[in-house]
Amino acid sequence: MEMIADAVSWVFIVLGCFFILVGTIGLLRMPDVYTRMHSASIIDTLGATLLIIGFIIQAGFTLVSLKLWFVLALFFFFGPVASHALAQAALYAGIDPVLSEDRRNRELPAAGDNSESSSADKSEAPNS
Amino acid sequence: MFYLSTGVILLALLITVVRAVRGPTVFDRVLASNTIGTLAILLLASIGFLTDRPEFLDIGLTYGLLNLIGTFAVLKFFRHGDLAYDVEEKEGKAWK
Amino acid sequence: MRSIVLAAALLAFWLILSGHYTSFLLAMGVLSVILVVLAANRMHIIDDEGEPVELLAAAPSYWLWLYIEIAKSAWSVTKLVLDPRLPISPTFTKIRASQKTAAGKATYANSITLTPGTITTGVEGDVFTVHAIVKEGADDLEAGGMDKRVSQFEGTA
Repeated sequence: MEMIADAVSWVFIVLGCFFILVGTIGLLRMPDVYTRMHSASIIDTLGATLLIIGFIIQAGFTLVSLKLWFVLALFFFFGPVASHALAQAALYAGIDPVLSEDRRNRELPAAGDNSESSSADKSEAPNS
Repeated sequence: MFYLSTGVILLALLITVVRAVRGPTVFDRVLASNTIGTLAILLLASIGFLTDRPEFLDIGLTYGLLNLIGTFAVLKFFRHGDLAYDVEEKEGKAWK
Repeated sequence: MRSIVLAAALLAFWLILSGHYTSFLLAMGVLSVILVVLAANRMHIIDDEGEPVELLAAAPSYWLWLYIEIAKSAWSVTKLVLDPRLPISPTFTKIRASQKTAAGKATYANSITLTPGTITTGVEGDVFTVHAIVKEGADDLEAGGMDKRVSQFEGTA
């Protein structure tokens, strides 16, 4: 039993380490701040989660594993808020993104109740 | 295995510091510092397991909260030039 | 009612973080919980936006679905990063959110940001500005699959 738990947590920790390294490599390679944020969010979500789940399996059912769940919840609720604020502040400051396509002026489906807007989405999907 | 995770996190921190030093804009640096905060929490958890002292996790949680507040403080400063800026007061409530 | 839920959640938080169960520390915990609940009441932040307890029942299945989405898109961004040619096609787009409540919109915007490859950069009313690292990510959001899932999650409240 102990062996199995050890092996499973090994797998999780190694995978988490892999995604953390991938995220940092992307942080170096990407051309501008917006694309770098996508790469950093790999670390915040998949890397951190896999690593922490590996730790949770190691810790077993104790107070420590509950605290680890709290760390995970912290990433999940506050990570996107920080990235959103960062992207918005960068746009506000006039940092031009590297773009291959800008659809910010595209026609939006009409506002309305749920069924109306989702049918508009459907009819539009093949064109986009 | 905790040696592995600690080592990888330290390596990742090194690469992130390179990004923070190279910039080029202030937002790249803020992004790098935010990532450093995330990695620091993971590093603290990892070291806690390595040395069998789970108290490190509490420090990690505190660090995470401070990291969030720090990121927001820096961003708010660069956006409004003032940490006490009140959107409701200066721009009306249109943003709601 | 919401105050009681908040107090219970805060007390559980205290108990888990402290890990010491002496009478003095427990009394301090109860005292600080009462103070925080009173302060929150005074600030009028205990409402369906500040504390959406109705969504709690539907949350686990939504989080599971979201997590699978995150894993899928994280893997595609991973392939992008490790590709020597770096085949990215950054795209800005605008989408309309069909959620009715503020909590639902916030959930949608945060889910977009949490998924690697897409970031919400602006929210104006029910129109989100989204930055995607590849064109396909923007196409998926415009097709509105995630929008429908969040609306369904919100509708269970």
